Amino acid sequence: MLLRHTPKEIKERSALVVNPAKTCQPIGAMYAALGVHGCLPHSHGSQGCCAYHRSALTKHYKEPISAATSSFTEGASVFGGQANLLQAIENIFTVYEPEVIAVHTTCLSETIGDDIKQIRDKAEKSGLVPKGKHIIYCNTPSYIGSHVTGFSNMVKGMTEVAENTGKKNGKVNVIPGWVEPADMEELKRLAALMAVPITLFPDTSGVLNGPLSGEYHMFPEGGVTMKELKEAGDAVGTLALGEWCSADAARSLDTRCKVPCKVLDMPFGLKATDRFVDALRIIAGTSVPEEITRERGQLVDMISDSHQYYYQKKVALFGDPDQLIAMTEFLVSIDMWPTHMVTGTPGSKFEKRIKELTAHLPYEVNVKAGGDMFLLHQWIKNEPVDLLIGNTYGKYISRDEDLPFLRWGFPILDRVGHQYFPTVGYKGGLRLLEKILGLLLDRKDRDDSETQFELTL
Amino acid sequence: MATQSKPAQWTPAEVKEEMLKKYPPKVARKRASSILINEALSNTTPEIQANVRTIPGIITMRGCTYAGCKGVIMGPTRDIVNLVHGPIGCSFYAWLTRRNQTDAGETGENYMTYAFSTDMQDSDVIFGGEKKLKAAIQEAYDLFHPKGIAVFATCPVGLIGDDIHAVAKEMKDKFGDCNVFAFSCEGYKGVSQSAGHHIANNQVFKHLVGQNDEKKPGEYKINLLGEYNIGGDGFEIDRILKLCGITNIATFSGNSTYDQFASAHTADLSCVMCHRSINYVADMLETKYGIPWIKVNFIGAEATAKSLRKIGQYFGDKTLIDRIEAVIAAEMPAVKAALEDIKPRTEGKTAMLFVGGSRAHHYMELFNELGMKTVSTGYEFGHRDDYEGREVIPGLKVDADSRNIEEIEVEADPERFAPRKSEEEMKALTDSGFEFKDYKGLIPDMDKGTLVIDDLNQYEAEKLVEMIKPDIFCAGIKEKYSIQKLGIPLKQLHSYDYGGPYAGFQGAVNFYKEIDRLVNSKVWGFMKAPWQENPELSATYVWE
Repeated sequence: MLLRHTPKEIKERSALVVNPAKTCQPIGAMYAALGVHGCLPHSHGSQGCCAYHRSALTKHYKEPISAATSSFTEGASVFGGQANLLQAIENIFTVYEPEVIAVHTTCLSETIGDDIKQIRDKAEKSGLVPKGKHIIYCNTPSYIGSHVTGFSNMVKGMTEVAENTGKKNGKVNVIPGWVEPADMEELKRLAALMAVPITLFPDTSGVLNGPLSGEYHMFPEGGVTMKELKEAGDAVGTLALGEWCSADAARSLDTRCKVPCKVLDMPFGLKATDRFVDALRIIAGTSVPEEITRERGQLVDMISDSHQYYYQKKVALFGDPDQLIAMTEFLVSIDMWPTHMVTGTPGSKFEKRIKELTAHLPYEVNVKAGGDMFLLHQWIKNEPVDLLIGNTYGKYISRDEDLPFLRWGFPILDRVGHQYFPTVGYKGGLRLLEKILGLLLDRKDRDDSETQFELTL
Repeated sequence: MATQSKPAQWTPAEVKEEMLKKYPPKVARKRASSILINEALSNTTPEIQANVRTIPGIITMRGCTYAGCKGVIMGPTRDIVNLVHGPIGCSFYAWLTRRNQTDAGETGENYMTYAFSTDMQDSDVIFGGEKKLKAAIQEAYDLFHPKGIAVFATCPVGLIGDDIHAVAKEMKDKFGDCNVFAFSCEGYKGVSQSAGHHIANNQVFKHLVGQNDEKKPGEYKINLLGEYNIGGDGFEIDRILKLCGITNIATFSGNSTYDQFASAHTADLSCVMCHRSINYVADMLETKYGIPWIKVNFIGAEATAKSLRKIGQYFGDKTLIDRIEAVIAAEMPAVKAALEDIKPRTEGKTAMLFVGGSRAHHYMELFNELGMKTVSTGYEFGHRDDYEGREVIPGLKVDADSRNIEEIEVEADPERFAPRKSEEEMKALTDSGFEFKDYKGLIPDMDKGTLVIDDLNQYEAEKLVEMIKPDIFCAGIKEKYSIQKLGIPLKQLHSYDYGGPYAGFQGAVNFYKEIDRLVNSKVWGFMKAPWQENPELSATYVWE
């Protein structure tokens, strides 16, 4: 057994986290910043943070992840990191020539209290920022929230570039939240089918799913441009997908630039996608083309075709709040039974939402915000499930408990596909169902006796 | 294949100039001292700048002190609960991300699959985290009752002044049956992960080594220092040692246990693999317990044979020497057969190695065996002695960054110190050319005109590849895909790209096959579509 020291008996823990279902803020900020065209993320702290985040993102995407660091030494930690950041800014613009540097903080620079805005202003005043180039920033103290908070903070940081000229430009801002490049591409495809001009930010498609062509570009073609971010202040409205990932940025645009916003769930599964498409149609004053309605119908068709295999199958899940909320709604809609669920990200709103979505079920779901995978595993030992959904770290529970396992979330370190195949939208729903069904039926084929073994399922 | 079209040859000086050209003047000056065009001098080794601060904003390969301490040194020990005191990220990123294999059997203790953290919150940063740390240690003890709990400090811990050592001592005294000890390995200390290795090894030496005097069974007892069992390297070395009848008391720290460290002082010879991360432990084992040490290298079949013979010579026992020769004779045919098949496809190709504090040197052996030339190399976190040899150690300057890394003073243990050989025996060995604590570094093994570069960064790597076009580049995960986008295969020598083992005899064969696969893969020929390769045809082509 790989997790042989995990007992079935659950004891309350107040201080010790074992096998976390979250990581720290800065990596979220780094991922978000990669969705800005020509942007080099910069980690203001010790160089280890940057190395760890780059490694984790590289392993997840199998793509180059460029980011720089202030490389704090003990001296910088005592006297402040201003000199390091100023030097870094000069070096980055000289050597790598990005359009924009996106600075995020770390627990180190937060604890010593470096004021990034002041340092940025100083860099601009002393001519370290070439004309037409930019520095955006956000604070990402690692001891508050989680990687999701860091993502949200950097996206909010992007909105500070937005300007309200007083003249609406007819575009809709769509803030996709922490989804894959393939998902971002799918959202743009759906909007294009509806002929709605959108500004998607951040947008990592074309950045983290690039081709192998014999050329390396530190700044690939993808990403939202600084010009688009500036013009986001003149949009007719903003759709923020995911309360945890995207709402703060949308509200900031509303407050600063009077761009009205609507916060939706992330469009995973049938109903959340319905709400997204419907909201986009209404905000843009357009109609939904037949092609999208047809895709929706295909998803409904697949649910009906294979409903018998999903019906009342128990699922344990771990991951991030926005994803888990949408996935729970999807699972419930196909009559699967979400049974245990943890997110490492704190926030009692999460537990409340999950309880609402599962209120009609004949049992009470185990759910915890600020929980860990050790607890999830213990819950599974006490009440076994049929399927586990989560990031790659779930493979240890999956093997020990002999559970079918759907890799979905961040990070996925041992499989490919998430870069290229979306799980948002109706097409993404089809992919999720295909994967879930494959797992359940592979298990059935493995476990059925020779007598019961079926050709057609 | 793209990699086979060699461009006009650039001189090393031109390559160096090109690498420095774009830097701001201060950066260029600093980097110039870390980029050495090897002179291959006959009497002295040229000097290189190493183990100095990373330049802010320059995209480095390096990690931090915590990574070196918790990730590298303590990570592979299976039966100690490694509790990270800090915000959640540091524990998360060091969770199963190095490929330290372990074998705990069906029922043995194994905490390597777990990540433990105090998950420090803002209130802990404001009011201090000691209370939470104590509670977390208590909870870990209550849940697992391990032999040892190790506490690791992350950046904010040092800043807010939590006394982790006092907490550890208090809890150790309270439990009585669980050793609790702590590492002040805040990420901002030192200039690279190397400082973390040092901090980790010092604490292991202080808190664990020497605790178990029980005599272990077996003959020819050695310690293997600086072998981390990446991809099962340690297993392959142990297999060979076992065949030879050599007893490995303690590996620092691949597939290690608490008891191995505690018994290390009962060995009769320390064999140092990774000079960078652990040579000082070998020195301390000698000073305190009287165990001599030698440098070995089990990367490369010839190097493995050489290292085994050296161990045999040290013990000087004919039975052992004969058995070692028999093992080498039994293992080499498979190695030779593999080389005979593969070498015609690798001979004459070129490699670049930028990794670690010893690997960049060790892996040159394997490339030599494949007939491949290492045209440029350097360490990520090496020191000058790893480049130039141990002779330079007395002259190394203590600077602001090395001063805050604890040096522990050891002296002969009044009860446990015992010379393993008499002075005459030692002298006879030395006179016969046997070299104790000897390491000549990487530079003497590099040809004249090759480039030795310390702390290579992303920009310089790209320039090197563009200008010199090696057939393979060896580095880590962060470098892998930017190099491969250029059409040059990158072999990870931290994680081995999830393959291995590459140590010992069977490992050498694995490596030959892997390099053959990489440098001869068809994929590098697929990068351009037919219409990109011959665009002009599209206008004249006519359907018939």
